[in-house]
Amino acid sequence: MNSIKVGMADLNIVKEGTLVTLGLGSCVGIAIYDKRKKIAGLAHIMLPSSKEIKNNSNKAKFADSGIELLIDKMESVGGNKINMVAKLAGGAQMFKFNNNNDILKIGERNIIASKSKLKELGIRLISEDTGGNFGRTIEFSSYDGSLKIKTIGFGMKII
Amino acid sequence: MNLDINNLNNILLDVLKELGNIGAGNAATALAQMLNNKVDMDVPQVRLLNFSEVDSLIGGAENPVVGIYFCINGDIVGNIMFILDLESSKNLIEILLNKKKPDYDLNEFEISALSEVGNILASSYINCLAKMTNLNLKTSIPSISIDMAGAILSVPAIQFSYVSDKILFIETEFSENNKSITGNLLLIPDIDSFEILLENLGVS
Repeated sequence: MNSIKVGMADLNIVKEGTLVTLGLGSCVGIAIYDKRKKIAGLAHIMLPSSKEIKNNSNKAKFADSGIELLIDKMESVGGNKINMVAKLAGGAQMFKFNNNNDILKIGERNIIASKSKLKELGIRLISEDTGGNFGRTIEFSSYDGSLKIKTIGFGMKII
Repeated sequence: MNLDINNLNNILLDVLKELGNIGAGNAATALAQMLNNKVDMDVPQVRLLNFSEVDSLIGGAENPVVGIYFCINGDIVGNIMFILDLESSKNLIEILLNKKKPDYDLNEFEISALSEVGNILASSYINCLAKMTNLNLKTSIPSISIDMAGAILSVPAIQFSYVSDKILFIETEFSENNKSITGNLLLIPDIDSFEILLENLGVS
């Protein structure tokens, strides 16, 4: 089976196969599925917004520009936004401190930004496995749009 | 100074490597005093890696590792992270507690012991950095997490991602008798602090 690895600050699409991201922590995996054409797309974003920082040339690094680019890519191979649904995974807080450190809450901010961008583009979020304080490996299938999630302490589930 | 971490030249890398070297030397001394035994230290590797290469570090993205994380405050702000694979953690616990450890599952006491060693190592680095740069630097109490390497590394990677598409990685190997401990240290100043740091080291 065709299995494509998606790294940090990276995205990809597949028509017949799966997209895999290993060890997702505070980053968020945004899985978008075109139900009719059976096209799967996965973005592994690190930061919420490309507008907040200067070093923003890599569009796949941010929730806002990453989701736009992913959808463009899916549409370029025949996908249609009307048939697309989304699933989210990741956005954990791996370390805890007593003080209010914004950087440590980046997982939560990544989730919020991803949801708001999907809403803006009219793409329905149908399931998610987000937050917590643990890492996840995810595998997204183009055949049925299932998102398999593996963890060290909490076993495996499919959303 | 207009700093671009993507274009750090060899001189800067050498300075950072030397800093890692001296810091690790201090850390080894501190560790030796704590263990009341001789601790050897290997010349650390300093590398600038692409995010896509982060996956291949420390036995792969899904490999379970121990991450010990600190905030740095004072004249510069940032973070420092110490990462150990489970084999090294096990060796370290055997050295610390002077007994054979049968498995990789860590109990609360062992986690707390690791956390304390991380604390000593990170403080040694930071104290060394403070002396060399004449800056006032403090570290927070440690926060520890045991999980997939990719997930642990995502935290420093995200911090670097504000300024660069690369990550600065310092590898240090400690050994006591025949047990070796490979520790990976990530120093993450924020962008302004990076400039202050390099200026005070006399390399800007």
